[in-house]
Amino acid sequence: MALRLIDGDEGGVDATKGGCAASACGSRPDALAHLPEAVRAKVYNHPCFSEEAHHHYARMHVAVAPACNIQCHYCNRKYDCANESRPGVVSEVLTPEQAVKKVLAVAAHIPQMSVLGIAGPGDPLANPERTLATFRALSEQAPDIKLCLSTNGLALPGLVDAICAHNIDHVTITINCLDPDIGAEIYPWIFWNRRRIKGRRAAEILIEQQQLGLEALVARGVLVKVNSVMIPGVNDAHLAEVSRVVKAKGAFLHNVMPLIAKPEHGTFYGLMGQRGPTPQELRALQDACAGDMRMMRHCRQCRADAVGMLGEDRSADFTLEKVAAMQIDPVAAMQRRQAVQAAIEARREAARATPSAQPGSVPVALTLPKRAVEAPAPAATPQVLMAVATRGDGLVNQHFGQATEFLIYAVDADGARLASRQAVDRYCTGPSDCGDAEAALAGAIRALAGCTAVLCAKIGFEPWGRLEAAGIQPDGEHADEPIEAALTAVYREMAAAGRLPAEPSPAAHRQAC
Amino acid sequence: MAYQIVEGCVSCWACEPLCPSAAITAARPHFVIDAARCTECAGEFADPQCASICPIEGAILDARGEPVNPPGSLTGIPPERRAAAMAEIRAR
Ligand code: SF4
Ligand code: SF4
Ligand code: SF4
Repeated sequence: MALRLIDGDEGGVDATKGGCAASACGSRPDALAHLPEAVRAKVYNHPCFSEEAHHHYARMHVAVAPACNIQCHYCNRKYDCANESRPGVVSEVLTPEQAVKKVLAVAAHIPQMSVLGIAGPGDPLANPERTLATFRALSEQAPDIKLCLSTNGLALPGLVDAICAHNIDHVTITINCLDPDIGAEIYPWIFWNRRRIKGRRAAEILIEQQQLGLEALVARGVLVKVNSVMIPGVNDAHLAEVSRVVKAKGAFLHNVMPLIAKPEHGTFYGLMGQRGPTPQELRALQDACAGDMRMMRHCRQCRADAVGMLGEDRSADFTLEKVAAMQIDPVAAMQRRQAVQAAIEARREAARATPSAQPGSVPVALTLPKRAVEAPAPAATPQVLMAVATRGDGLVNQHFGQATEFLIYAVDADGARLASRQAVDRYCTGPSDCGDAEAALAGAIRALAGCTAVLCAKIGFEPWGRLEAAGIQPDGEHADEPIEAALTAVYREMAAAGRLPAEPSPAAHRQAC
Repeated sequence: MAYQIVEGCVSCWACEPLCPSAAITAARPHFVIDAARCTECAGEFADPQCASICPIEGAILDARGEPVNPPGSLTGIPPERRAAAMAEIRAR
């Protein structure tokens, strides 16, 4: 519990001195101080993990891996692997040949495309031939595209060499526990050495393989992210320990996702009445476990077959029939990608040179009253949560009613930091289905519970009033401004007007884990 | 003697590559075992491979026609519990 990530072995950054002024890490103590410099540089610019880079690049996933070698109590095997996607989604399983064709087509049409992931619908490494055939073909035909996969870890140690033979960029392992007694409550069985193994022994083997796999990948220099599913009463109190251990072993990010369990999912947890965490419980633990990096901690929320930029899904443009009809020149497409991505890098570089226009690294100096210099004065600069509606490019540029998700930022006097993403049903889909609008608006307001403000490009009269009534300040004054600059401006206005809540929001109670 | 895949199979492909007799094919609406080829894994593995990885209770029957993985044996969900929840969902 008492792990002090900021006291990294490189001397760390003294948080009491007002934070780090260096360009890339914003004004936050560097939670990645324990990682080698090369790894940190990779993460800071990574299209999946750097919050800022995330706005500029596109990723996609293909579903080529239908089988699984374990059972998780939150999975019903009819939908995609619950470790990596939204519940209730069924991906069309592609053969490796179909998948490669689709990736080449998408990458030819969306030149921002830089990462390809295999995420299901089962476990990629329980389908090694299919997964590796896809990787092999893409490494040959589109060597600029980075590859990633996510796995339950059981088959990982034996496949590390095979994975590393390709253009592998990062691997996500879902690790829910280190304690086999807890594991036995999450995993009813595994398939191991040609037998089905149940109970505590199954969990013991799985945990051992996950840890071996993590260590082997880190030793090979592959970025490893760890996901955990937060299951209240089962592993919630244990995840702080998981976080400490996996980070100590070199995982660069630990990402906590909520259990989502409903009877209609037909899962063990759903049918046995196991509850998921409340948004507040989740945010508090996520905040504690993710560290202070400005990172897209929810990249797993991409559906297994999603296509496109952040918050966008263009999979309908790339169905098997449409892809089959496309004529793709892979070499020309790669050259175009390289040109487009070089231009993106030039723009980002220019933006870094003029910090005020740069979403992501604005060192903000606020002149807020500080109660005492030597003692921490949390009440003077409370951390609050603010939601943002965005279509990408790092700007406040989405209409409130059109948003299918909100980015939730933790904002305080030192700046703004992405805390989580909150998916909602878009309530404004045109006049025809206004019947559901009321329910969707109520849902959106519930999803934003705990936020002090919500920033969007535009907002209607009705939702404005409802948000205000719910204690959430709507703001449409910062349309098309960079997100972080807009957030700090709103924070400043609200602080000046004395409208910040005196009590910090739940997520502000940071515990190091 | 042979095993059999019946309704309930979700076509997850897990069993197919494991069969030592190449008896399983990806058919619709669900996978099938060729009874003429299935050896019940005798002499190859201690446990029949298809039924040892299949995640779906009741999807694979043994030679007597009994489910190898009866209700509740894999998920731990008591069958009564599932039936009650399903009735409740239908009633909504
Ligand atoms: S690893 Fe994924 S596919 Fe396999 S049981 Fe768990 S959630 Fe389901
Ligand atoms: S019992 Fe063995 S031989 Fe028969 S179908 Fe299953 S895996 Fe194949
Ligand atoms: S493992 Fe079971 S569910 Fe999966 S394809 Fe084979 S019989 Fe069907």
